[in-house]
Amino acid sequence: MDLNQLLLFALAGLATFLIRLSFIALLGRMAVPVWVRRILPYVPTAALTAIIVPELLMRGDVVFLSLSNTRLIAGLLACGVAWRTKNAFLTIGAGMVALWVLTAVVGRE
Amino acid sequence: MTTEISTRRRREFLGGVRAVLPILLGVAPFGMIYGALARDAGLGPAEAQAMSSIVFAGSAQFLIAGLIKINAPAFIIVASVVVINLRHALYSASMAPRLSGLRWPVKILIAYLLTDEAYATVIPRYRERADPVGPDLRHWHFLGVGVSLWLCWQATTALGVFLGSAIPAAWQLDFTLPLTFIAIVVPGIRNRPALAAAVVAGVVSILAFGLEFKLGLIVAAIAGIVAGGLAERVLARE
Repeated sequence: MDLNQLLLFALAGLATFLIRLSFIALLGRMAVPVWVRRILPYVPTAALTAIIVPELLMRGDVVFLSLSNTRLIAGLLACGVAWRTKNAFLTIGAGMVALWVLTAVVGRE
Repeated sequence: MTTEISTRRRREFLGGVRAVLPILLGVAPFGMIYGALARDAGLGPAEAQAMSSIVFAGSAQFLIAGLIKINAPAFIIVASVVVINLRHALYSASMAPRLSGLRWPVKILIAYLLTDEAYATVIPRYRERADPVGPDLRHWHFLGVGVSLWLCWQATTALGVFLGSAIPAAWQLDFTLPLTFIAIVVPGIRNRPALAAAVVAGVVSILAFGLEFKLGLIVAAIAGIVAGGLAERVLARE
């Protein structure tokens, strides 16, 4: 076992656990600050979008804005399916099928 | 009386297991991809498995594996995990009043199991009324959901670690990660502040992409969160 990695997992795990425990532990002991309550709803949207967009747009260190960017096209199609159906299974399925079809057409990047 | 309560507990627990079964279909390939990806990033089999049991947070685990691969410093990795998992504070706030009467060991166990999938699955049960007689045992429903997800994640991690490079690269299964996030994010963009948060986070994630150690991710996330909060405030004044 790599002890440095285990220590890293312990820290990351503890941080994750404390975030999940936060309000469960604090309830009744302190009021949630208003500004925290105001921005919390945007956390998942902002954090996950910051992961999604580079996954679709960047190749290495370069922006790859092109019709032959299979991941961009498949990702945009998945966004449309997610918007219309709100169904995770369909979104992921449509995105993967689109990626495979596009890859077959324009070749693997 | 005691027998009756243990019967109700079992019924809640099994109800949770049943409710989460369709979700496991989506989680299983993700666990396998994580296992394979962690090996690809240079983690040993035991380390990859240990991360799944210690951290137990899908997207954060992908991020950690990716950052280990590029030799990012530990504090950057932990800071990125905090940013990625901040959304769980929202679930914590939502669950807190429902758990306030429970003993500490139960609260701690539920906090450990409080993933996106667990939260999304248990909420319908909590919107229903508790049984009219006897104590509220809905936390057993949560435990049925959470324990199932945990077991599924550990088993599919092991499978992915074992299969590793036997999963064909041509399938491009790593693309299920952004797709899963799209499936979570897009249906949630129902108002202008949320749209502002997404657009700003997306633009900044590209502008700040060149920053060392994926710091751009944190910068973009914070920019998006602030944009959402500001937009809400401005729109409220109109």
